Amino acid sequence: MTRRVSLLGHVQASSIRVEHVTHGQEGLMNGSQEMATVTQPRLETTASRLREMVAHLRHQRAHLREEWARLITEAKLLTAMTKEEIFAEATSVYDNYVEALETGTYEALQAYARNLSERIIPRGVETHEVVGIVLLLRDVLARSLFATYHEDFNKLNRILDAYEPAANRIAGTVAVGFVQERERIIREQQEAIRELSTPVLQVRERLLILPIIGVIDPQRARQLTEQLLRGIRTNRAKVVVLDITGVPYIDSPVANHLVQTVEAARLLGAIVIVTGLSPEIAQTLVNIGVDLGKMNTVGDLQGGIEEAERLLGYKVVLTQEPMLHSA
Amino acid sequence: MQVPILKQGAYLIATVQSALTDEDLKQLRDTLVMQVSKVRARGVIVDVTAVDVIDSFATRTLRDVAHMIRLRGAETVIVGIQPEVAFSMVKLGLTLEGVATSLDLEEGLAYLDRKAKTHEEVRAHR
Repeated sequence: MTRRVSLLGHVQASSIRVEHVTHGQEGLMNGSQEMATVTQPRLETTASRLREMVAHLRHQRAHLREEWARLITEAKLLTAMTKEEIFAEATSVYDNYVEALETGTYEALQAYARNLSERIIPRGVETHEVVGIVLLLRDVLARSLFATYHEDFNKLNRILDAYEPAANRIAGTVAVGFVQERERIIREQQEAIRELSTPVLQVRERLLILPIIGVIDPQRARQLTEQLLRGIRTNRAKVVVLDITGVPYIDSPVANHLVQTVEAARLLGAIVIVTGLSPEIAQTLVNIGVDLGKMNTVGDLQGGIEEAERLLGYKVVLTQEPMLHSA
Repeated sequence: MQVPILKQGAYLIATVQSALTDEDLKQLRDTLVMQVSKVRARGVIVDVTAVDVIDSFATRTLRDVAHMIRLRGAETVIVGIQPEVAFSMVKLGLTLEGVATSLDLEEGLAYLDRKAKTHEEVRAHR
């Protein structure tokens, strides 16, 4: 009677309790079987239980899959996907799940989880949804096992002994796979942002532009210096316009770094024109006592480019009326 | 280590091929300053492309060379400072003030040519 009560609790899906109950059961079983069996046959029975369970789950495939898809929709998970997509995904997850239960190997499932994550992360599927659907499937299958074996209590327990560790491991595998995939994407994006953050653009022979947008932290300042000096060398630049219109403020170490970069560029034979200094940045530069003879500054990017062209000996002349309207 | 000094037209070109000791630097300075009027050079190029460390003594010596050569009627330009070297120099506060610098030998020659041209223009005006 006690057992029945706890099992009903289990049906309400409380995994801690489940483990407790099954452990107790295991102990009981050990007691009763100890005399008759040795280790080898016991392993075989686990395998045969698994086989039996897998056969059952395969047999019930259509029904359980539908039940699962219904629960997913009901729990409002995977809202980013259509019903058909959910059903298609559910089918392949189901088959992979049962296969992992059968073979006890998780490599295929891991690969599948990674592949699935790659497809669904861009659609905005969240971690809790993925974990949620896998746990739902675990419960759907567990209930189906209850429903089938509720007559024979000992057998049910033995089946669950085989099922639960495997099911938990599968849930872990899928969740970890999903999170790893997310982290990989985040790392890739960080890398991309870093690369994009300091473009070096050649606008004319010998003239480079470095538009900087966003806050400059020490690491980015270092990177900026490196890009600028390398850019001067590879493009044989004589003038560089460093546009910091998009930089809201800088602190004094970064301001110092900027001034040093300008001086280093001069040692390479190039002139740096800094444009678009905000009032805050101007204040910072004055506070650290910049030698204004060394710093070449112009109000905006347009003025900076004009000044650079003048230094390089270019003269922009309007040759005729602008031809702006297309035929 | 001796620094080879070549004469190219009206210019002297000193190519530093490895890190120099303080003695080498002094010798380079003396030789250049002496040679510049001996060959009636109008400009001097010091090429430091192969140098990966320029310390405070080297910076001061290069600056002295440039100033002394100007006093003897010629222009000096330092060429080929590597980006990493340039930035570590600046970090140490070594900025070669008042000394012309160019990216490489070609740029240095172009700079001296330009200087010579404006010099002539000024003379023609008088």
